[in-house]
Amino acid sequence: MALPQIKQDATEARLAALDLPSGNWSEAARKDAVSRLRAMGLPHARDEYWKFTRPDTLVQPDAPKAAVLEADETPVFGDVDCLRLVFVDGVFSVEESDDLALEHVSLDRLGDALDIHWAKDVYGVLEARGQTPVHRPLATLNTAFATDGLLIHVTGKAPKPINLVYRHESEGSDAILHHVVKIESGAELTLLENGPAAARFNKCMEVEIADGGVFHHVRAQGRDHERRAATALFTRLGEASVFKSFTLTANGVLTRNECVIELTGDNATAHVAGACMGDGDFHHDDTVFITHDALNCESRQVFKKVLRNGATGVFQGKILVKEGAQKTDGYQISQSLLLDDDSQFLAKPELEIYADDVVCSHGSTSGAIDEEGLFYLRSRGIEEGPATDLLTIAFLAEAVMEIADESLQEKINERVEAWLTRRRG
Amino acid sequence: MLEIKNLHVKLEEEDKQILKGVNLSVEAGKVHAIMGPNGSGKSTLSYVLSGRDGYEVTGGSATIEGEDILEMEPEERAAAGVFLAFQYPVEIPGVGNMTFLRTAVNSQRKARGQEEMSSTEFLKLIREKAKDLKIDADMLKRPVNVGFSGGEKKRNEILQMAMLEPKMCILDETDSGLDVDAMKLVADGVNALRNEGRGFLVITHYQRLLDHIKPDVVHIMSDGRIIKTGGPELALEVEHNGYADIKAEVA
Ligand SMILES: Nc1ncnc2c1ncn2[C@@H]1O[C@H](COP(=O)(O)OP(=O)(O)OP(=O)(O)O)[C@@H](O)[C@H]1O
Ligand SMILES: [Mg+2]
Repeated sequence: MALPQIKQDATEARLAALDLPSGNWSEAARKDAVSRLRAMGLPHARDEYWKFTRPDTLVQPDAPKAAVLEADETPVFGDVDCLRLVFVDGVFSVEESDDLALEHVSLDRLGDALDIHWAKDVYGVLEARGQTPVHRPLATLNTAFATDGLLIHVTGKAPKPINLVYRHESEGSDAILHHVVKIESGAELTLLENGPAAARFNKCMEVEIADGGVFHHVRAQGRDHERRAATALFTRLGEASVFKSFTLTANGVLTRNECVIELTGDNATAHVAGACMGDGDFHHDDTVFITHDALNCESRQVFKKVLRNGATGVFQGKILVKEGAQKTDGYQISQSLLLDDDSQFLAKPELEIYADDVVCSHGSTSGAIDEEGLFYLRSRGIEEGPATDLLTIAFLAEAVMEIADESLQEKINERVEAWLTRRRG
Repeated sequence: MLEIKNLHVKLEEEDKQILKGVNLSVEAGKVHAIMGPNGSGKSTLSYVLSGRDGYEVTGGSATIEGEDILEMEPEERAAAGVFLAFQYPVEIPGVGNMTFLRTAVNSQRKARGQEEMSSTEFLKLIREKAKDLKIDADMLKRPVNVGFSGGEKKRNEILQMAMLEPKMCILDETDSGLDVDAMKLVADGVNALRNEGRGFLVITHYQRLLDHIKPDVVHIMSDGRIIKTGGPELALEVEHNGYADIKAEVA
């Protein structure tokens, strides 16, 4: 089917503003992505999965400007012992980063000009698989035009986490980063990400997890109010492997976080969770697609949103259980806490099941602060502001507790508390 | 300590008068009990004193040590020394019991211009008080009242009371749902707090609690008023004859 003219025009306008990197192992994948992108077109407000979130500012050729927030707190993972790798407005900073060396891990920059690279088997491959049945064109754009990123090959248990720090320094920066992670059989990595990255950030991460591999992912997206981000995470899980991803989002005028998970080996586990807090001009969208294509796998989606002063939260989550994926255990919950009448939460939970021996549950709720609980706390002497905060933290707790490491849970909770405290003045 | 004069209260949302002129005065050091039929307004009185939304005071006053409390926020009343042990303690998922109590203790201290309690000091104190009430470490760690049995919830109320050391303790049917041993524990907890400076208002349906917590004065509430006041023998009378005789007597 031919692309509608309006989509074709928007896509060509965007393509015209970009240069296709060439001359290394990724060239074929990039060219392929360009033709795939031309075939599907960039997102449009009428697209099935863009009804709740306006894609125009993510699609337009120039990034809308975003003021840089003065750093008023130490970086969230600043005191975690880890390999720290820094990107400034989407460019890897050699000076500010640790050496690309970690036991059981090989690390390369995406742009390193080698003809042969292990990442060739993954780069653009998981992203392309993730295009059916729903198109994710911003990720395809990313595969084609990513200017930087890391290729992380994990062959054993990494001795410490890798922390990707994304700094935003220029008002008009438009960053496209693409990371590839390959966890070999029995290997294990914790990846931490934090920071706003750029005025507009398009990030794609592909994570291939072999049998028995373990991947933990915790990220805190930056607090810059005007920043925009479209991120996509594609993962494929082998037998008895584990994938756990958590995202904290506080502020940001527009965030679209997509996560596409494919459980292809038996007994695998995939958890994806998010806590977001928005105040005023804030639009946050979690779009998740989980495919169960193996026996006895477990998946969990836990998303919590705190919204105030007209903020908007979106959740689109789907569990697809393919024929033969027996003993699937799928759980999905999305909830919002609306702190006033102006804020809204839009949810589209979906289940599609073609196996008969499965347990899948999903729920979505939207509600105000619990008045009974609030009175109980106040009757014990806790002032209304702090009492509301306690209930808010409690509301987010189910999502935060999806982080396996308790000290990382604590770091995230500190950020939540600080955000709430700032709002009480 | 607590002085209630001609208190009239109606529901905010409905045109329904619930308290129709309550007069009551609890002196420091004394235990007053309130008994009365279901729906007579006992819980309403306790809620109005602690500042819950949904009620409108249409007349009268309530003071603690001469200070008008009806205009205060619930947390200000708590800092002024009011404590209500709820008839139905509220479950708060996600908020740890310990965090809750430490926040409460320190909020009240702050409101009174006192220094915050250090965590070691707090831990020592709570362990001690919890032990007396047979509340184990696990219950302290769990979210407030979530998954607690009826009796555990009531003991948790008394633990809060012991930690917060209020001046005026109001207990709304703290005995309901307690087995004999738990009732004894709770009563011991209350008795341990009895002293010259503290007043108690104990709402109950049963004489049994009053065997353990000996009241100085017993009031009978009916249809939004205190219709009779007497000594401990009044509770025995209710136990044997119900409320019919008393109602007939005052009618
Ligand atoms: N929020 C409310 N909405 C509607 N009716 C109410 C509300 N609060 C109290 N009432 C009514 O007011 C009356 C007094 O209720 P209250 O709970 O104070 O009685 P009580 O003496 O504590 O009863 P019990 O012994 O059963 O606990 C009852 O008729 C009750 O239904
Ligand atoms: Mg009652």
